[in-house]
Amino acid sequence: MSDWTRDELMSINAARALAGARTCFVGIGLPSTAANLARRTVRPDLVLIYESGALGAKPTRLPLSIGDSELADTADAVVSVPEMFNYWLQAGRIDVGFLGAAQIDRFGNINTTLIDRGPGRPPIRLPGAGGAPEIAANCREVLIVLRHSPRGFVERLDFITSVGHGTGRGDRERLGLRGKGPVAVITDLGILRPDPDTAELVLTDVHPGVDIEQVRAATGWPLKIADQVRTTEPPTAEELAALRALTAASA
Amino acid sequence: MAVIRTLSEAVAELIHDGDSVAMEGFTHLIPFAAAHEVIRQGITDLTLIRMTPDLIYDQLIGAGLVRKLVFSWGGNPGVGSLHRFRDAVENGWPRPLELDEHSHAGMANRYVAGASGLPFAVLRGYRGSDLATRTDTVATITCPFTGEELAAVAAINPDVTVIHAQQADREGNVQFWGLTGVQKEAALAARRVLVTVEEIVDELEPRPGGVILPSWVVTAVAEVPGGAHPSYAAGYSVRDNAFYRAWDEISRDRERFQTWLRENVLQAVAR
Repeated sequence: MSDWTRDELMSINAARALAGARTCFVGIGLPSTAANLARRTVRPDLVLIYESGALGAKPTRLPLSIGDSELADTADAVVSVPEMFNYWLQAGRIDVGFLGAAQIDRFGNINTTLIDRGPGRPPIRLPGAGGAPEIAANCREVLIVLRHSPRGFVERLDFITSVGHGTGRGDRERLGLRGKGPVAVITDLGILRPDPDTAELVLTDVHPGVDIEQVRAATGWPLKIADQVRTTEPPTAEELAALRALTAASA
Repeated sequence: MAVIRTLSEAVAELIHDGDSVAMEGFTHLIPFAAAHEVIRQGITDLTLIRMTPDLIYDQLIGAGLVRKLVFSWGGNPGVGSLHRFRDAVENGWPRPLELDEHSHAGMANRYVAGASGLPFAVLRGYRGSDLATRTDTVATITCPFTGEELAAVAAINPDVTVIHAQQADREGNVQFWGLTGVQKEAALAARRVLVTVEEIVDELEPRPGGVILPSWVVTAVAEVPGGAHPSYAAGYSVRDNAFYRAWDEISRDRERFQTWLRENVLQAVAR
């Protein structure tokens, strides 16, 4: 039995994915946990940007909402919501957009709007788009973090809320989406990355103790596997301590 | 020039059955007390506009006063679903709810267009998203200078915008600070503007990042200390995260919600 949970593997690897980023547009939930962990481990000077208007927030604990007062109190600058979306996000100033998802497909497209329940029953209503469509369109790169399950990793989305790689390589350019789109999907089982030629997500890494068949079984489409699947580095004691301190002190 | 009124007078004078109403405040400064007064007065058939419906619209929707919702993210931040919103959308309870659904960037720009006196705004957005196929307030437009295809979103001009601010002076000039959200645009886009404030002061002292709405763009001001609870007013209160969590249980069940509404809103004393 290992000394960490699958969720901890997910958050720690998501934080590691921010090691090269300068600025990150942060969604609430798992992305916020990962981005705040990155500031405590691999990237202490990471600039956290929350859509509520906080540029360079430095919260001492995990906020419950994107508008908790600590985000504004610790920010380098506080701007209005139209300014945030137009001048900062749309203009392409932000390195990484960090998103969660209810459903994702093999091209990294995201559904956060509704889930079909079959004929005669109304779809399950989810919160909807929020900032995600334009985060996915305009950040230089997109990271996606969600737990691996056949319900989440689906053959066909019930609704395309935010575009990843559309129907394959070249679609983003056709749609005029200027950022690179999803560069990694980090789950509690491993990491998927888009194929350089087709943009279809390929399993490139598994976490320690996870085997490839487990990931296949948790994916709702026939998952492509990289020739050489790496195993992610086990969490360090420092990473685990920082993550546990962070989640223990959430708002 | 703005008039100073009690909350119940201001709501009765400014908000009417069938109005389109924007109650803005992005997590911070959400005008809950004004919404509760709308519920007490039974003002109905409303089209409600708000980026994040939050608990404030969950309560108005559950109270059966809402015909249509214009929004971009309908969850309880960090907690989960808005159950009254879901019940209305999924089951039509207590009445069917028409949706006009957008992204945050789209909603923000719709307010900007409304405040600017323009029929629409332009943005890089919606391309490839199914959102654009479900609404008649998004269209594709070609840039006349570069030929690039962009999204156009229709202006929002609410009949009434309601916001909560920290302070007003006795002339009805208003100042709010902290996370200022989209309230300036929502107010300037509206035909009538109601502002509830933590306090009315003799003189407004300029604050870093503060937004001033001069008295002549505000219709009425009502002094309502704590009027943003369970949201908050920076400098006066903190967000009641415990209530946001508790709302998940309160709102999940129709009867429990109705009991809560009766005991905490309908039977509460008007301010």
